[in-house]
Amino acid sequence: MFHWFEQRPFFFAVLVFLFVAFAGIIETIPDFAKQSRPTVGTKPYSVLELAGRQVYIKDSCNACHSQLIRPFKAETDRYGMYSLSGEYAYDRPFLWGSKRTGPDLMRVGNYRTTDWHENHMMEPAAVVPGSIMPAYKHQFTNIADLDTAYAEAYTVKTVFATPYDQDLDGDGVVDVELGEYEAAVAKAKEDAKLIAADMKNQAIKDAVANGQIPEIVALIAYLNSLK
Amino acid sequence: MQNGAQIEYDYSVAKAFTFATILFGIIGMTIGVVLALQLAFPQLNYLAGEYGTFSRLRPLHTNGVAFGFTLSGVFAAWYYIGQRVLKVSLKESPFLMAIAKLHFVLYFITILLAVVTLFMGYTTSKEYAELEWPLDILVVLWWVLWGISIFGLIGIRRERTLYISLWYFIATFIAIAMLYLFNNMEVPTALVSGYGSWLHSVSMYSGTNDALVQWWYGHNAVAFVFTTPIIALIYYFLPKESGQNVYSYKLSILAFWGLMFVYLWAGGHHLLYSTVPDWMQTMGSVMSVVLILPSWGSAINMLLTMKGEWQQLQSNTLIKFMVLASTFYMLSTIEGPIQAIKSVNAIAHFTDWIPGHVHDGVLGWVVFMIMASLFHMVPRMYKREIYSKSLMDTQFWLQTTGIVLYFTSMWIAGITQGMMWRAYDEYGSLVYSFIDTVTVLHPYYTIRAVGGLLYLIGFFMFAYNIYKTIRCGRVLDKEPVNATPVAA
Repeated sequence: MFHWFEQRPFFFAVLVFLFVAFAGIIETIPDFAKQSRPTVGTKPYSVLELAGRQVYIKDSCNACHSQLIRPFKAETDRYGMYSLSGEYAYDRPFLWGSKRTGPDLMRVGNYRTTDWHENHMMEPAAVVPGSIMPAYKHQFTNIADLDTAYAEAYTVKTVFATPYDQDLDGDGVVDVELGEYEAAVAKAKEDAKLIAADMKNQAIKDAVANGQIPEIVALIAYLNSLK
Repeated sequence: MQNGAQIEYDYSVAKAFTFATILFGIIGMTIGVVLALQLAFPQLNYLAGEYGTFSRLRPLHTNGVAFGFTLSGVFAAWYYIGQRVLKVSLKESPFLMAIAKLHFVLYFITILLAVVTLFMGYTTSKEYAELEWPLDILVVLWWVLWGISIFGLIGIRRERTLYISLWYFIATFIAIAMLYLFNNMEVPTALVSGYGSWLHSVSMYSGTNDALVQWWYGHNAVAFVFTTPIIALIYYFLPKESGQNVYSYKLSILAFWGLMFVYLWAGGHHLLYSTVPDWMQTMGSVMSVVLILPSWGSAINMLLTMKGEWQQLQSNTLIKFMVLASTFYMLSTIEGPIQAIKSVNAIAHFTDWIPGHVHDGVLGWVVFMIMASLFHMVPRMYKREIYSKSLMDTQFWLQTTGIVLYFTSMWIAGITQGMMWRAYDEYGSLVYSFIDTVTVLHPYYTIRAVGGLLYLIGFFMFAYNIYKTIRCGRVLDKEPVNATPVAA
């Protein structure tokens, strides 16, 4: 039957498309809606955390660190409870990674502290002797881009109905505030002060006090949120 | 063609893509060696500040070799093979000629912009789909131009039946178009909110869904950038170079349609033990094993094309390149399914065995086949003889040694790391801390860097040989033919 197609390029192309598209339709469609349902307690990222997530992506941390704990004893012993689908409901994009040159970071907020991250990003081998991770000193001087972080939060709220400004757990308090641009930026700066309070670097503390947020502060806010 | 007159083919676009292939090959592979060295010697991360770290260079390397080097090679071959197997010259259609030139220019600009934006840290973070949305639009534009070129040339063809290579070019065009469009669905945040960087976007899909779509794309970028177009190349160049007919037409058909049907399913094997539904993981795993059949079907068809003519391995270095390429294709397509078996994947996933697998595929199969294709095309496009056959032979052995060092060291490294991660002592505690599993890999990382360096040196030899051929190879008055030439 296939000989016929070799002299009819149009039908040949259509047949190829059907053969190729077939698997995608069967594999991706059926569970699509179910997969994006958040687990109870999963919250959207705050503006500061999103700014940190953007730093994480910009410096391709995901090239060497996974965020996916597989259901093996060795992994749950090392990193914590294995990953559940709903925990990623607000992750756009997903950051599972494909290679562990360094350890998994899915729940790094449970066992690393702000000042550990601070030292680690400044000089990895100082906290983990033998580490082959590069230092990320430029994160201490580059300023985080709050505008783009706000833009992202605003976009996922309006386009994908990500629940900002809502009371998710029914305790009468709004869980993750976004609000208007000015309010959101002011809130992010307040959050940054809490992080900076746990850091040693005086220049960082001064910058945050002056209303500037170095990338490292945002990144640590994000890493601390991974639980 | 009337009166048996010779058609005068126009190779201007094929030549332009040939230069791009060599340029991006040098850039992409040099960065690859730098990355390998950085893993062995981390202090090399600080040669260019923020812009020289492993993490910033890694997407540059993958994009550079996949979409810079490989696609250039594929396009060069298309603008060479397409005219010949369809028996029409680009000269005959000013429209298609203009499309072809625009295709090259837009493509070249996109890759240059990709290098700049990735250096700056603009990335969507999805592997092999890192480019931000304005560049995605450019990619779609020149991909459509390529499609017009394929179907346009087919539309004015003189040869009634489509040669096998064309099946694979068509499949590449259609599949990548579909995969790329769906995986790169993203919302530009500045357009929605009016704030922030205009380059930034968020993915249309979230979490597990995003991963599913990404690996459906990611695995099949391997299928339709690193496999199908390269099969198109070998189905044309091996018979031309050896003077032998393709071994079996039936096997070609079976292998082609089998590959089309099965390959897309296999993406699920990247997500074993993740949060995607179990049945998808099983499906991905099973289909990956089934994939051995169509893959080996093509590979065996290529190798048996040499039946009765194996002595050409001694007399023709290009045959050596192509036979080694098909052999590495077989190795790589048995290794992949093995890694997709769930219990093996539990150890192999996240380790260096995976880059090892990728590289025996691309270094042994993709790059070897593209280099062989250029070695075949350049003397015919420029009507000059290859500058140095012995340099070609030296290059062959240097690069083969490089590949072997690369994949053997990464196999050992990957399995070592995978086993150490899961080692328990008699009290039920983990034996190694994570850093132990990193420092132990140092010797293997060093061997890999040496292997990569040998390969890179070989590539420089290749570039030099091509350059000298074009500049001062012996002028040929007619096209070189080898062995017992087949028609066309």
